[in-house]
Amino acid sequence: MSTPVETPSTATGAGKARTLLATEQVSKTFGGLVAVNDVSFEIPERSIVSIIGPNGAGKTTFFNMLTGLYKPSIGRIVFDGKDISRTRPDRITTLGIARTFQNIRLFATMSAVENVMVGQHARMKAGLIGSILRPPKVRGEERSVRDKAHEMLSYVGLATRVHDELAVNLSYGDQRRVEIARALASDPRLLLLDEPTAGMNPQESDRLTAFMRQLREERQVTILLIEHDMKVVMGVSERITVLDHGEKIAEGDPVEVRANPLVVEAYLGKQG
Amino acid sequence: MSNLRGLLKGKNNLVVSLVALGVAAILPLFFDPLSNLTNNFILAAAFVVMALGLNIVVGFAGLLDLGYVAFYAFGAYTIGWFASDHFSSVNGGEGFHIAAGEFASNLPGIHLNFLVIVVVAVIITGIAGMLIGLPTLRLRGDYIAIVTLAFGEIIYRFAVNGDEITFGEGYKLTNGRQAISPIDSIDLPGFAPFDSAFSLRPFYWFCLVLVGIVLLVNFRLRDSRLGRAWIAIREDEVAAASMGVPLVKTKLLAYATGAAFGGISGAFLGSYLTSVNANNFQFGFSIFILAMIILGGLGSIWGVAIGAILLSFINTYFIPEVFNEVPRKIGLEFDLTILNFGIFGFLILLVMVLRPQGILPERRRALELEGVGAGDAIEVRAP
Repeated sequence: MSTPVETPSTATGAGKARTLLATEQVSKTFGGLVAVNDVSFEIPERSIVSIIGPNGAGKTTFFNMLTGLYKPSIGRIVFDGKDISRTRPDRITTLGIARTFQNIRLFATMSAVENVMVGQHARMKAGLIGSILRPPKVRGEERSVRDKAHEMLSYVGLATRVHDELAVNLSYGDQRRVEIARALASDPRLLLLDEPTAGMNPQESDRLTAFMRQLREERQVTILLIEHDMKVVMGVSERITVLDHGEKIAEGDPVEVRANPLVVEAYLGKQG
Repeated sequence: MSNLRGLLKGKNNLVVSLVALGVAAILPLFFDPLSNLTNNFILAAAFVVMALGLNIVVGFAGLLDLGYVAFYAFGAYTIGWFASDHFSSVNGGEGFHIAAGEFASNLPGIHLNFLVIVVVAVIITGIAGMLIGLPTLRLRGDYIAIVTLAFGEIIYRFAVNGDEITFGEGYKLTNGRQAISPIDSIDLPGFAPFDSAFSLRPFYWFCLVLVGIVLLVNFRLRDSRLGRAWIAIREDEVAAASMGVPLVKTKLLAYATGAAFGGISGAFLGSYLTSVNANNFQFGFSIFILAMIILGGLGSIWGVAIGAILLSFINTYFIPEVFNEVPRKIGLEFDLTILNFGIFGFLILLVMVLRPQGILPERRRALELEGVGAGDAIEVRAP
């Protein structure tokens, strides 16, 4: 099944890193509506890449295809040499892609720790019989999963006193943190963040930007970002892809994208 | 800190379970061994097993199953087929026996020991649960309710018409409303054979053991990898799948576990009532068990147990024995028993209006009723 992926040596600033994820001419239509049209793009390993575009450009639809929630109508998605275009979401998570959502989707009536424990589901082994009989192996797994959950929550900066608080009672910023911790708990190689700084003040955004870099350095995570805050995008991304009306209209490093007239037009409208 | 608290909480449940089961075990000693109250206790205990089984499906995993009666039927027919003279000419009329009691050992037909029956019932209902669940659980929300309702009805029709369905040497599938009877009594190794003409207590104590098992399974599963996955699916399927929870497999495990307890309890009731009658497998029964869960509190283990005992006693004691004459006393020409289901419906209505979270609500469910945690669903299965 493994399909070799051509590694492009285009000047991305990230050197000659190998490609972790690639989409090949991916399209998604809903009935007659073309949400994503013929988008090919690549994420080099250990890079931070952003997708930007006006509202309704198809960014989240694109994300949903990468994580298996939607199947592409046409085209292929290749992750680490494997075609995942038709793979179930939970399997994709097992393969090493994790995500957060644009509107926070925590399990509201579970505590922060329990949320992060669910994130480790794919890495756990306990089955039905094991869960009922609870042999030492299952108890041990349960303990280490709980410990790791606490560790992840501390890593994303959640105060210890709210680890056992129900997700619904957490502050907005803390909920964002828990969602990232939950995604990280599955030990992803690729982390997809859907507008993570939405609703954050500039200081919080700065801290998150620093945290993304830290993640890459310390945990070797590749990050794909959908983001509206241009300061964050320009500051953190090595490479930016711009979508408009479902089509890729520009691609390149921040300087190139900023100078691209098509991008300016998409955001500000045609001049003259 | 939280580890310690979790441990203590677990121990609390153990202590409460043991005390509750202990008290329940002593109760029948205050009544005649053949007392009708003991009979009511037995039925209540059997319904607790079923309600707690269904609780795993509806309460934990959030799958509204309106056809639970199907698994009662599968369990009951398991004992009907394998612990009676139904297949009378098996083995040239000699019969086929595995550790059957002294009495049953000389009868024609298949006679397996009750403990073997329990295992077979778990396997049969578990597989039936998988087969029914596999196509059904790919659906969402209300559609699951509709399809399970239909499956429950299909099984009932099979049970009724099984009288006409024959195979092999003229064996009928079910005997329909004529019922398969008599069914072997329970005969455990090391104990005297259970005899309902002599004392009902052994049946009761045996059923309490089943209650203990279903309680243990409920508590253990609730606080496990699977239990968390069920809550996650219940709250937000999309997020759960994105966190690595396989939806169909995880739901199927809930469904099959619930089914297995329906089967165990069904086999027990078949033996206790000494007959398996298609009339028992009507749609109303599914609602009867579901009502216990709603009354007690969806997902709340103790709540569901209380709900099951309460409704069972309303059904077997308060309506037919205590208040049955009430309509006649006020000059009406009917017994209260014919209003059975009307009364259950009215009770559910009262609960829904006055205390929708149930008698002993589960913390999360109560929160969900307040509107917390209802994930805005996006369509996973896009064209």
